[in-house]
Amino acid sequence: MAEAAEQEEKKGRLEEPTPKLILTSSPHQLSQDSIERIMWTVVLALAPASLAGLYFFGWGALYVLIVSVCSTMAAEAIYQRLSGNSMTVTDGSAAVTGLLLGLTLPPGSPWWLCVVGGFFAIIICKQLYGGLGFNPFNPALMSRVFLLIAFPLQMTKWPVPRPFFSGMDASTGATPLGNLQVARLTGKGLGKAAELNIWDAFIGNIGGSIGEVSAIALLIGAACLLYKQYISWHIPVSMIGTVMIFSGIFWVIDPSKYANPVFHLFTGGLIIGAFFMATDMVTCPVTLKGQLLFGFGCGLITVIIRMWGGYPEGVSFAIVLMNIVSPMIDRYLRPVRYGSVKKVEGRR
Amino acid sequence: MWTIAGEGIHPTDRKSETSSIPISEIKPPAKVVIPLSQHIGAPCDPLVKIGDIVKKYQKVGEAKGVVSSPVHSSVSGKVVAIGRFPHPSGNQSNSIVIESDGKDEAIDSLKEHSDYSGLDPDVLKDIILGSGIVGMGGATFPTHVKLNPPKEKKITAVILNGAECEPFLTSDDRLMVEKSREVIEGLKIFMHIMGVREGYVGIENDKPGAIEAIKKSASGTNIKVISLAKKYPQGAEKQLIKSVTGKEVPSGGLPMDVGIVVQNVGTAAAVYNAVRYGIPLVDRIVTVTGNGINRRGNFRIPVGTLLEHVIAECGGLAGEPGKIIFGGPMMGIAQYSMLVPILKGTSGILVIPKGEVAFEDFRACIRCGRCVQACPIRLLPNMYSILCEAGKPKDAEEYHILDCIECGCCTYVCPSRRPIVQQIRYIKAEMRKAKSRVA
Ligand code: SF4
Ligand code: SF4
Repeated sequence: MAEAAEQEEKKGRLEEPTPKLILTSSPHQLSQDSIERIMWTVVLALAPASLAGLYFFGWGALYVLIVSVCSTMAAEAIYQRLSGNSMTVTDGSAAVTGLLLGLTLPPGSPWWLCVVGGFFAIIICKQLYGGLGFNPFNPALMSRVFLLIAFPLQMTKWPVPRPFFSGMDASTGATPLGNLQVARLTGKGLGKAAELNIWDAFIGNIGGSIGEVSAIALLIGAACLLYKQYISWHIPVSMIGTVMIFSGIFWVIDPSKYANPVFHLFTGGLIIGAFFMATDMVTCPVTLKGQLLFGFGCGLITVIIRMWGGYPEGVSFAIVLMNIVSPMIDRYLRPVRYGSVKKVEGRR
Repeated sequence: MWTIAGEGIHPTDRKSETSSIPISEIKPPAKVVIPLSQHIGAPCDPLVKIGDIVKKYQKVGEAKGVVSSPVHSSVSGKVVAIGRFPHPSGNQSNSIVIESDGKDEAIDSLKEHSDYSGLDPDVLKDIILGSGIVGMGGATFPTHVKLNPPKEKKITAVILNGAECEPFLTSDDRLMVEKSREVIEGLKIFMHIMGVREGYVGIENDKPGAIEAIKKSASGTNIKVISLAKKYPQGAEKQLIKSVTGKEVPSGGLPMDVGIVVQNVGTAAAVYNAVRYGIPLVDRIVTVTGNGINRRGNFRIPVGTLLEHVIAECGGLAGEPGKIIFGGPMMGIAQYSMLVPILKGTSGILVIPKGEVAFEDFRACIRCGRCVQACPIRLLPNMYSILCEAGKPKDAEEYHILDCIECGCCTYVCPSRRPIVQQIRYIKAEMRKAKSRVA
């Protein structure tokens, strides 16, 4: 009886029409990577540097980071609501911008500075160009440059590191690069200004922006991005290499006037800039050859500004300036395509 | 995970699901639908009419034109219909429908050659042409045509393609493990025809069993087995030539421009069977896999067997199917009907359940460059995508779009889910249209 029913059912099934099959073009398998995954991984990769910043600068760093991230995300949401575009606040790109911006601000910056920076970054530097993918400049950096020019006083007030629970009072000092600039501009020779405790600089116990002081924390995050292949080595290596080589040449020529390469490596925003900002995929060249050239340009401009410019630090300016030529690099520096070299021979 | 720029990608491959399952037979189908178009080139002319009684291996379609290849019956029985039937390419094609009598009676004129090493190359080429052998890696280019390069192209080496770089597929792998001798004998026949002393078998190193078996069968010959690093699309002719010999085929050129002929391992085994036993190409090994099918494995399936029959023989569908793909997931073709037949070039049947087919809107290009680094031809896929979207397909020519081999690497890696290959195909079609208007 049951068997007969089963037979009936089978017969019925065979008469069913072909199931509705989905017809789309190959490839039928896609990688797991998405914009969300990439962006939130960058946020994670910035976590060590953020934590180091919190450790060295305490509450003054914490609220700067929080206010920056909240204001970029809010700016993105508000803009998209008003313009009627689809909501992409959760894709992580606004969070990355906010975090990067916060990390490049001095600890203890006033809250309104973060808010102004956050809105400027998202609305002027990103959404007005058409949103993620269309912005020619790295929004966080562009915003930092804007703040540097518009609010020089607030942007150069540097508290000395005051590790959590150390019980010291907040006091302001200068950054190593700032000291260098003063020595340079007064023309008295570098003297003590170019001295640096390498260990302190490596772990981050020096003055500077929240996220740029701890080399080790930044390198841990960078290693994660390199491992995930979200960035390639080309830009960081060529940028840092260029800075080291050029500053090295001048240092060898006259060490009393120029700081040594290691000093340049560990002070200011070279490491965070090279690994996290110059590598911003939207604004750097797409080819690896182009990235090498891009990194070289960033390095060169950084050195020029640091050695002869009117600002103590040149990384932000260098990267933003190179962003301008990035489309041109892509246009003229194309990969050599397979089989193109022997074209003449093949056409015989 | 690590990929060198310009050398393709490492998609998740899921080959282990079928790579250790030996080749087995399925219950012979009661009916086969044999398309007269199973190769690149002009379709065949039918040699039979409705009502004819045919034997297994009997030629039922004659090649028409230079780049064509005949078709043979894979069963014995009666011709019940000739007409347009669904074809895996997505169109309909003229096909011969034969109802099997279940006896699998072969024609009695199969010509054996126990010693084929002394045969004249022209005789061998005729046997290959007469046996309906086409490239079994999926491109289905008639084999005899590839073995007939113009006189001025000096051929120096034959490479057998055992890379099998498409995810999921293991049919070539199993063939090499189980039939290594046939594969090597086939390669020797190719080398004899081309008059060359250099023979290579390129196999990706995720198939240690195949490498070992082929090495063993090739010992004592001057055939070199090359173990290749695993990456997609290494099985594409131009990529394989680069991996094995370091040479690059000139842009717009063919392998013979660098003195090389590439053949698939399955094709080599088919050639051996045709030359040694006179057996034409009427069946092939197919990997049936994917989460949407109940029994996975590698099966020897008669050409013309309907998808429906194969699915039933593999325990039926597991749940609701989303996509059924002929070939691998990177370059295979999604099917629209359960009534499409297995062809000479069908390397795999991949059943993806409905839940695994993701639909996502694509977004703006974030210029991440992943597609650029993934492209094995070292093109700028992002530009094609952007130009297509901007309605400027013409400008893509400047970016050498015609060199694109449509491997899909760019689309696979794009985090914005941009349908780059589809856009490339669209641009190419537009360019063809423009050209034909001018001409
Ligand atoms: S489909 Fe074309 S453009 Fe895309 S990766 Fe392959 S060869 Fe390059
Ligand atoms: S992979 Fe996609 S998002 Fe990235 S550059 Fe290519 S097209 Fe643009």
